[in-house]
Amino acid sequence: MKINLKIWRQNSSSDKGYFKKYAVDGVSEDMSFLEMMDMLNNNLVENGETPVSFDHDCREGICGTCGVVINGRPHGPLKGVTTCQLHMRSFEDGDTLVVEPWKANSFTIIKDLVVDRTPFDRIMESGGYISVRTGGAPDANAIPIPKDNADEAFDSATCIGCGACVAACKNSSALLFVSAKINQYAQLPQGQVEHPSRVKNMVNQMDLEGFGSCTNTGACEAECPKEISVDNIIKLNQAYLKYGR
Amino acid sequence: MDKKNNTMFSVNDNSDLKSGAPDCDLSQKWTQHKFNLKLVNPSNKRKYQVIVVGTGLAGASAAASMAELGYSVKAFSFHESPRRAHSIAAQGGINAAKNYQNDGDSIFRLFYDTIKGGDYRAREANVYRLAELSANIIDQCAAQGVPFAREYGGHLSNRSFGGAQVSRTFYARGQTGQQLLLGAYSALIRQMHLKTVQFFPRHEMLDIVKIDGHAKGIVTRELITGKIESFAADAVILATGGYGNVFYLSTNAMASNVTAAWRAHKHGALFANPCFTQIHPTCIPVSSGHQSKLTLMSESLRNDGRVWVPKKKNDERNPNDIPEDERDYYLERLYPSFGNLAPRDIASRRAKEMCDGGYGVGETKLAVYLDFKNAIEREGEDWVSEKYGNLFDMYKQITGQNPYKTPMMIYPAVHYTMGGLWVDYNLMSNIPGLHVLGEANFSDHGANRLGASALMQGLADGYFVIPYTIGNYLADQKPINDNSHEEFQISVEKAQNQIKQILSINGKRTVDSLHKELGKVMWDYVGMSRTEEGLKKAISLIAKIKEEFWNNVKVPGTASELNIELEKAGRLADFIELGELMAVDALQREESCGGHFREEHQTDENEAKRNDEVFNYVSAWETKNNKHVLHQEKLVFENVKLSTRSYK
Repeated sequence: MKINLKIWRQNSSSDKGYFKKYAVDGVSEDMSFLEMMDMLNNNLVENGETPVSFDHDCREGICGTCGVVINGRPHGPLKGVTTCQLHMRSFEDGDTLVVEPWKANSFTIIKDLVVDRTPFDRIMESGGYISVRTGGAPDANAIPIPKDNADEAFDSATCIGCGACVAACKNSSALLFVSAKINQYAQLPQGQVEHPSRVKNMVNQMDLEGFGSCTNTGACEAECPKEISVDNIIKLNQAYLKYGR
Repeated sequence: MDKKNNTMFSVNDNSDLKSGAPDCDLSQKWTQHKFNLKLVNPSNKRKYQVIVVGTGLAGASAAASMAELGYSVKAFSFHESPRRAHSIAAQGGINAAKNYQNDGDSIFRLFYDTIKGGDYRAREANVYRLAELSANIIDQCAAQGVPFAREYGGHLSNRSFGGAQVSRTFYARGQTGQQLLLGAYSALIRQMHLKTVQFFPRHEMLDIVKIDGHAKGIVTRELITGKIESFAADAVILATGGYGNVFYLSTNAMASNVTAAWRAHKHGALFANPCFTQIHPTCIPVSSGHQSKLTLMSESLRNDGRVWVPKKKNDERNPNDIPEDERDYYLERLYPSFGNLAPRDIASRRAKEMCDGGYGVGETKLAVYLDFKNAIEREGEDWVSEKYGNLFDMYKQITGQNPYKTPMMIYPAVHYTMGGLWVDYNLMSNIPGLHVLGEANFSDHGANRLGASALMQGLADGYFVIPYTIGNYLADQKPINDNSHEEFQISVEKAQNQIKQILSINGKRTVDSLHKELGKVMWDYVGMSRTEEGLKKAISLIAKIKEEFWNNVKVPGTASELNIELEKAGRLADFIELGELMAVDALQREESCGGHFREEHQTDENEAKRNDEVFNYVSAWETKNNKHVLHQEKLVFENVKLSTRSYK
């Protein structure tokens, strides 16, 4: 198939960006979206042009490195799928795809489709851990954890930190990302001790990084490739009322 | 063939590599060794700078644990965040000798299974220590809030993996690596918050800096601006993963590479057992030439899935139309006691054999079935989905087929590399001060790694070995903490010059096209099955690829910007040289063991045939003036009897 592309090009964070049109011919439906991008880049390099920069690594939907907005939707048209797991069989011959980076004030564009997500790391630094030293941990079976809690903690912990929730939100809020981490620990006895300070510190850091506020549109859950539930946000809001001030 | 004075390599008969493990009862070795190790006084620890390169499971756990002890740590990753490391993609689980199932597991049994699984080419002392530490890892991770799978009573759940007859694998659905890495990442960011670790994202290591023979720093390229700088330290730790991407197509992440280890090798660090590569039996088959990577379907699926091919050659029927008695469940037939849970090297080789014999399925005929029909009938779709849901979804996404309805198609793919930089019992290479952890070292898996043991080794090295052994080295060092020595400038210029050279070639071949060419040579001749003739051919083909690279590669852009083609080119240059060494190692090791299968050396039943008389050693290679010199570390087995591996 032939695919037409309109891709955001931007040389660096200080340069002005623009859309550029490309066409890629001979795309097979078994190719992943990123393999189609590889094909484009191969053509560009062969013609002496600058290839399009985009972030990606594991290409199996778990590292959270990839992520672009395709026709207005973070990670493209499918539900619960990362950009790297999106295959060209989801598109038709002759389709035009508009490809953009995550757009949010807190995520600076580094080049083309690559953005700076280090604000997520700084939020995690402010409290996304249980303070335990290496060594001296009690036997893992010493504290039984009800299966329902363990499962809920796991569901929250499957967040891959890709930033699609921020890109999907009209306010560029990071609350789904933050609440998933907080709720993971809140479900576990070992996470209780620091729960109040974690709630306060992580939300504060999120605000300091310039992410917007949550207005409960649910766009984050709809576009999350791991389908993290907005229930996490509800639980965080309840905890924030108690511990946030 | 003259084995000692070959044109491609020579053997150093005087080498006498020693692990340095104490000479006492196996179960007491680590305890006694810890007591003998020198200590650094708590108030002196902060004066020492330690550099950690790579922040996956091994690197993140090491950086966090050393910072907790009081050392000043600088951690480097070419990723934007430690959470992107490829450890995150490990699926099935992590082994630990907890014996929670009361099924007869013990430290000794895990040790024994690992030595046997590795086909008796690993060091006893290291493997025993690994088994001993395995239980602590589970405790540590549970305390960090890692959400392991649990039973209704609230206790931890286990499953089985290949090469074991007990259930000792702990897991978090099909994404255990993700949860363990996020646990190590949480320990690391906690130290970043406490300012005991300084993290350098998007920094790729290009060289180590050696002063008076000791590793005292590194040179990095900041990937966004292209800035090349040096950093000084009192010890350097490489936790930079494996080199499976030398095959171009592998289950490794796209950016996984050998550059850090290889550039240390060029400074004299010995590279051990480079030809020991793990080809994983359960991967989604290659579908087209545009494919950029291969995807693993966790070994845990072999708990409940059954591997088969049609009994008739070139059978084109829909698998669901092939009746039971016309199916060959060949692993169950050949290995009745281990069945579908035969170790990876064996399961892979048998799959290849079936396809080579004309029994392969699917369009390319390079696939076998992995069937869940019985499990679904027995336990229901929900039960299967609860255990393997994410893997089934991933399969569906990639192939467009529903594995709940038709059997999965799988084929072996490059997955892990047992070889790596040579290290002693302290995980220090032969370059003093240079330590190597996780997949980047060679130490624990011999010629074949058992499933769910990579996570175990990465975390054992990082949480529980290096924090003790690093002190033994540092105690004799005077802190330097400055990069004014001329060696730093020399190394920076060397790195800059190589980049200039690559950019100046301006030829016609893209980096990827050359990488694909290298990968095909490696897969065809240095893959699942090797012969003297094929390996010699590979060596001459690789030499041609090397020449083509340095004369005809095309890398657009400049050195002072985010330039992904330039990054890939630098990594490929190292893969080409490593590829040659892998072929040389495979050629020199005239036996079959684990994942290294030389067609000339097999039993009547087509199993690997070791030669313990001659090859009972670790091959540790030195490369000097483009010539490879073999050093040997003799392996001593005092606690297990060398025998032919049997899984029948």
